[in-house]
Amino acid sequence: MIDMALWIALALFCAAVVLNFYRAVVGPSLPDRILAVDTMYMNSIALIVLFGIWVDNKDYFEAALLIAMLGFVSTIAVCKYLLRGDIIE
Amino acid sequence: MIPPIRWLPMPVLSLLLLVVWLLLQQSVALGQWILGGVLAILIPVICRPFWERQPTIKRPLKLVGYFFRVLGDIVTANLQVSKLILDPRGRMRPAFVEYPLTLKESFPITILASTITMTPGTVSAHLRLDGKTLLIHALDVGDINALIDDIHQRYERPLLEIFES
Amino acid sequence: MLNTVIEGVIAFMLVAGGAFAFIGSLGLTHLKDFYMRLHGPSKTTTLGVGCTLIGSLIYFSQEDGPIVQELLITIFAFITAPVSAHMLAKSALHHKLKPDPRTRGNPVELESEKPKHTIEEAPQGDSPLP
Repeated sequence: MIDMALWIALALFCAAVVLNFYRAVVGPSLPDRILAVDTMYMNSIALIVLFGIWVDNKDYFEAALLIAMLGFVSTIAVCKYLLRGDIIE
Repeated sequence: MIPPIRWLPMPVLSLLLLVVWLLLQQSVALGQWILGGVLAILIPVICRPFWERQPTIKRPLKLVGYFFRVLGDIVTANLQVSKLILDPRGRMRPAFVEYPLTLKESFPITILASTITMTPGTVSAHLRLDGKTLLIHALDVGDINALIDDIHQRYERPLLEIFES
Repeated sequence: MLNTVIEGVIAFMLVAGGAFAFIGSLGLTHLKDFYMRLHGPSKTTTLGVGCTLIGSLIYFSQEDGPIVQELLITIFAFITAPVSAHMLAKSALHHKLKPDPRTRGNPVELESEKPKHTIEEAPQGDSPLP
């Protein structure tokens, strides 16, 4: 049962990443692209966790935690740059 | 002369740091307690100049109730937004709403803005510099005044009671 | 018996998470303007990833003792998602992205700025300098 669910979830997350990629390439404005990349890193966290379940190894959480923190900080930094033209005021 | 420092300026933050450290290390060995304790004391002391004012929680029990209410609303919000996105006819009534704030301190306003973003159909977009209006973008709203009233009754009043009363 | 129930819960969490994240990305792709697109990722994708993390938490907890690390990532995601959504909306307002024509309400931030001084209004003559 879990195998089946794992495959379905992996397929859905991969499709989500493809859709995000489409928006990141097409996106008419800069905030659109940032939003797409932001969503993409959220989805990649889930993909890494699913991979961890697949290989039955729980050490992948640290990678997921790192991606979560770095992704958040970089999104905020790029937004700051768009807002002020400067990151550290 | 060096001014005296209070060694525990933010007890809640210190406790939180210690708990997070122990959870991250997945162990309760003595060494982890000592290392976590040192970090939990040092980090708030270093960060102290960045905090303008300490938020004071007047009623912790109500905060727990608020947390569970928001948790329930997040699930509702997701079902609602999913329905709107999957609706093939795409009937949406987007609107910018200016929400008048009655909260005064910055920490409760931050919590309110985050709550508004996570709950049904609304994203907080901008806090005006005067700190009195919050610009909200709503995905599908019929009556703007009803929305403002709903947010006030459901989220802002409990926060007012918890933090400022 | 109990194992089957737990497996069912894990499977449900994984599939629900995947479905929510997919719907969020679908909204990101096909909604009309930026402010509407912001709704999908900020709510739906966060809950989707949260569901997946809780599913994996239950999966690894049933083998050897409770594990709470994933809960940290979940809490972190739920705290940070509104903040980044707020910052993105702010930068979109700063760039004055056009909202969908059906949008009601006209915030000051989106109006085009008028030049503050025209040349005629500029002070003339009577220069303070000799």
